[in-house]
Parts: sequence; C-alpha cells; structure tokens
Amino acid sequence: MGTISKRGLAALAVASVLPLAFGSFSAAFAKDKVKIAFVGPLTGAISPHGIGGRNSAELAVKLMNAEPSTKYEYELVVLDDECKPNVGVQVVTKIASDRSIIAAIPHYCSATAIATVDIFNRFKMPMVVWAAVLPEITYAKKYPEVHRVSGILIGQNRIGAQFMKARGYKKFVSFADSTDYGKSMNKYFTQFTLENGNEILGSFSVPPDQQDLSAELTKIKELNPEVIYFGGLTPLGARLRTQMAKFGINAQLEGNSGIMGDAFVNAAGPELAEGTLTFFDSPPLSKMPGGKMFSDAYKAAGYSEPPEAYGPFAYVATRLVMETIEKVGPDRAKVTTDLGDVKDRPSIVGPVTFDDHGQNITPLTTSYVVQDGKWVVWEESEYVSGKRKLKNLP
Amino acid sequence: MGMIGQHLLNGLMQGTIYGLVAMGFTIFFGVMNVIKFSHGDVLTLGAFGGLVAVWAANALGLSVPLQFIVALCVAMALTAVVGAGISHFLIMPLRNAPPLNMLLMTMMVGTAIREAIRLFFPNGTNPQRFPELLPAGGFNIGPSFFRTDAIILIIAGAASIGAVYWIINHSKFGLAMRAVAEDTETARVMGINFGRIIPLTFALGSITAGFAGMIYALYYSEINYSMGLLLAVIGFTAAIVGGLGNIWGAIIGGYLFAGLQTFVVAAMPSMSDYKNVFAFVLIIVLITWRPTGLLAERGSERV
Repeated sequence: MGTISKRGLAALAVASVLPLAFGSFSAAFAKDKVKIAFVGPLTGAISPHGIGGRNSAELAVKLMNAEPSTKYEYELVVLDDECKPNVGVQVVTKIASDRSIIAAIPHYCSATAIATVDIFNRFKMPMVVWAAVLPEITYAKKYPEVHRVSGILIGQNRIGAQFMKARGYKKFVSFADSTDYGKSMNKYFTQFTLENGNEILGSFSVPPDQQDLSAELTKIKELNPEVIYFGGLTPLGARLRTQMAKFGINAQLEGNSGIMGDAFVNAAGPELAEGTLTFFDSPPLSKMPGGKMFSDAYKAAGYSEPPEAYGPFAYVATRLVMETIEKVGPDRAKVTTDLGDVKDRPSIVGPVTFDDHGQNITPLTTSYVVQDGKWVVWEESEYVSGKRKLKNLP
Repeated sequence: MGMIGQHLLNGLMQGTIYGLVAMGFTIFFGVMNVIKFSHGDVLTLGAFGGLVAVWAANALGLSVPLQFIVALCVAMALTAVVGAGISHFLIMPLRNAPPLNMLLMTMMVGTAIREAIRLFFPNGTNPQRFPELLPAGGFNIGPSFFRTDAIILIIAGAASIGAVYWIINHSKFGLAMRAVAEDTETARVMGINFGRIIPLTFALGSITAGFAGMIYALYYSEINYSMGLLLAVIGFTAAIVGGLGNIWGAIIGGYLFAGLQTFVVAAMPSMSDYKNVFAFVLIIVLITWRPTGLLAERGSERV
C-alpha cells in the first residue's frame, strides 16, 4: 500500500463511477444476478442422495431463469458437506460470510444440519433445509432464519409403529447409528413401539462407518426378534441387510426415510432388498401435484443420476427461496421475514406451510415396501393382496 | 451365552485379518527397524486391485472359481510390487536417516495411495460392492451359524500365516532375511545380496497385506478407500502388544484385540459403540505392564 500512483487512483475512480452511470442501461439488457447456495453430500457414501438433490436444485434454477417474467437471474453455488458435521460447518461459514449469497438450501444429513443451524442464525442467512429430518434442527431453538420443507422423523416413527402393530409383529430389536440422527430415530421408535404395547428385546448403536456387524448380529440372532428396526442412513442400512443374510437372520427389516431411495436397493441388491419396509414423509412422485412435471423436466435435463427420495424437496426448497427473492428482493433480512409467513404455498410436493419454528407441517407419511427392486406404496403392493408375504408374519 | 461358538468364530475371523496385518508390521520392523505406516493403505490397494481383476475376469467370461484365483493373484502381485517399490525407492535411500523421517515418509506414502484410490478409482469416495466369489450359506451347530465363506477364509488365513512362518524359518530366503535382521554388515560380508533381500522382504510383508485385503473384501462384500486406516492402527497395536519383531507375538496380538472387541459386544450389547475404546484401553494397560510386548523379540539386546 502507499504506492498507488496518481494515474492508478484516477483509473480506480473512473472504474467506480462508470457502473453508476451505466447501471440503468445495463438493467435493460440483463437481469441482476442473485446467488443462492446449495449444500449437500456430493462425495462419500451418501453422495447418491446429495447429487440427486443438487440436480433437482439446479433444475429449479434453470426453469426459473427460463421464465421471462422474473426480475433476477439466479446462480446456484454448490458446496459439498460430505455428510460430515465439521465439513458442513466450514462450508456453511464460507457461504454465510459471503454477503453476495442471499440464501441457502442446505443439508441431507441431520448430524451435519444440527451442527450448522447456529451459523445460519449468527450470520443472519435465511435457509430452507431440503432433506434432514432430525426434529431439533427446527425445534431445539427458535431461529427465524431456519426453515425446512422436509418432514421430521417423529411422524414416520409413529406411523411405522402403528403399521407394525397392525401386521401383528410383537418382538423388535433396534439397530441405529450412533449419530444424533440415529439416536433420535431410536428414541422415537422406542417410544411409539412401547406405546403400542410391543416389546423391544435389545437396542444396538454403532458408528455409521463400522464395517463389521458380526458381533452385534450374533447377539441379535440370539435374541431372535421378529423385526429388526433400522435407524440410520443408506450405507449402514445396506451393510446391515447384506450381513443379516450372511448370518442367516430371517427377520423383517423395518426402515425409515434414511434408506428411502434407489441407492439402498442398488447397494443391497434387489433380492436382499425385497420386502424391506420404510415410512417416508412423502407420497411417490407420481402422486404429487407436480410430480409428472418434475420427472419430465428432470429427464429432459438429461441427468444420469436419479433424483432420489429427496430430489423433489430440494426442488421445492430452491423454488421457494427464489420465489421469495422475487417478491422481496435480494435482501437477507427481508427474505427471512417473508419465509416466516409461508402458508399453503402450492408446490410440486403439495402445499407448504411453515409453523412458528419454520417447520413444514404438511408432509404426508406414506408406507413403502421394496417389490422387484422398486419402492412401492404399501397399499398398491402385492404384499397387500397376499401374493407376497412379509417375513416372520405371526 | 448360547452363542459362544458364534462369537468365537467372529473373533477368529477378525483376529485372522488383524494378525495378518500385524505380521507385516513385525516383518518390516524385525528386518529393517522400520515402522511402515503405509501398510494399511497397501492392503486397501490390494483389495481394489482384486476388485478390478474380478471385473476384468467377469468381462472375459471366466467362471467364478477362476475369477477368485485371478483376483487373489492380482491382489498379491500388486501389493508385492508396490511393497518392493516402496522399499527400493524410498526406504533403502533413507535407511540411515532418523527413524522419525522414515515414519513420516511412510505415512505420507500411505496418504498418497489412499487419496489416489479416492480420486482416480471411478466413484472412489463411495464404498464399492465386492462380488461374492465364495460359496454362500452355511450350517448350524446348536444355536451357532457357521458361514461357509468364513470358515474357508479362516483356514486360508491360518494357512498363509503358516506359509510365511515357514518361509522365514525354513527357506534359504528366510535364512538370508534373518541374517540381515541379525547383523546387516556381517550378512553382507557373508555374500548375502542386501539390495535384493530387502525389497523381497518388503514384498513378502506386503503380500500378507494384499491377502488380508482380499479376506476382508470377501468376508464383508464391501471395500472403501479408507478401510486400511483403522486396520493399520489395530494391526500396529497388535504387533506392539505381541512384541514388535516377533511373528507369533503379532498373531497373538491380533487375536487378542479381536477377542477384546468381540467380548465387549457379547457381554454388554448396549456398549457395542464403545468396543474400540474398551479394547484400546485394555491394550494401554497391557503395554504399561509389559513395554516390550507379551513375547519380546529374541535378541532384543540389539541396539
């Protein structure tokens, strides 16, 4: 410093005045650019879900930019949280401290999301979570910046427990990962299963990257449950299913939103995945109000990876953020306030309504079962007609 | 505890993998006084080499037993070449450097191998499904379920441990290796080709890693780029507990560690999350009690 020449100063001055003079002209040619950020696990074992979400968010931006009536041109900044809390904190700090980024659509993994909500609040950056389902993300504190279009895991466990009771199952074992997510899953599974008068023979908790489940499975085999409940994400779930088979354990597998998606079927293989149950806070794409539009547009955009279970939610969250910016302008505080008032807003997954914690309260929990390598709505499956049977039915 | 047979089998399986890894550490240390931290990543490389070989063999339309043999040969050949290469190009030139430099260097080689797999293998960050090449199924004895593949792998692992022991103690190459370990200078005076024995020793140690990598891949049907990290820590710990430099010590250490892990889950299922903590704490106690290991290296007066 201190060595800037006079000519340099003059150039700087001209450079800073020019945009002022011509700003009004350029607006007529091009729309102002507004940046929003997408955060999800793009590498690592959970990446199929992150990439499906990223593609869907990108699609939302593309479609929005193609509409001639919009005021702004949107640019999606994409960041990888690797499904790790420490990496999530780094990338969220990076986007939150960048004032040119107005809002964010963050996180698939609950353990990552619960680590970053404080940062969004501290930097006053509005965000809409697209997939993480841990209740505490919206309910632990009342942050005006934090919103979520995906459901919370309480509802799916309540419906799951009722469903299993209706089938006549009585003896359960819980197998969850040791993150906040798995612990919360286990907590609500336990609560609702006991409320329904069923018995839990044992609860196991393992780190999500543990490879060897033989000791746990040996113990489970000894306990001989009718059902193994799994509270965790796809890689551990697929590993559990594979190793269950290797140990000759013939229990029914009860999953939840963490294993929902094509990735689980691909990882475990269609034969082993067959008959796996899951309770997920959304009807299938084909039943959603804008499901056909979404899947057609997704196909037309030429993505080679499937959108996975939460792709439509990423689309909705991104679209919601952009609609809000259209309405109130690219200003973090205004976007935060306006997102707080979202009520019965139509979207491709159905109307979105945020409660006073920014939580969408409209998701419809639906029961699914794997049939021939596809997740099928329970009521429409051959399991209902009696053509196929769940395991260990009493 | 009706499942004691089952827990025993699980422990034996893991112990065999740990013991094989520990054996590699002990061979390197016994002969060259080197702690080679890239050992776990060489194991990972072997497993990925095996996976590529299975894919290739499958594409060529080979039968499953042939795919298995091809994968095993590729995994072992690949780790042998990499092990020999590391020793020839990196360890030999640095053999008079401070041990800390050597340790650092092998750690960096390990990181380079691990990151290379992650970056250059297609979808390398994701866990890869390893095809099942061994007969599935098994049989029950009482309440215990014996997996056919686990029994084959335990026998193969034990046989390979026996084979390495035989090579070291009864072959001409083993004699030369032990001579170099005992006294490098005298061994050279006696006409032992030092420049050839060392890479061969490292090749032998790395083959055990490749073999362990294949056992791991076949048993769990899943491999990932970072699987060697924890295995290396456990293998190294097992080697230390048994007595670094002593082959039997390494094997005992491996089974001991697996036994501790299995015991925690069998005795306290709700504590299964803490099994590594528990095992490592007990190991710390053991090391404090016997700093030179359960079976100290023979001739440990060597300084």
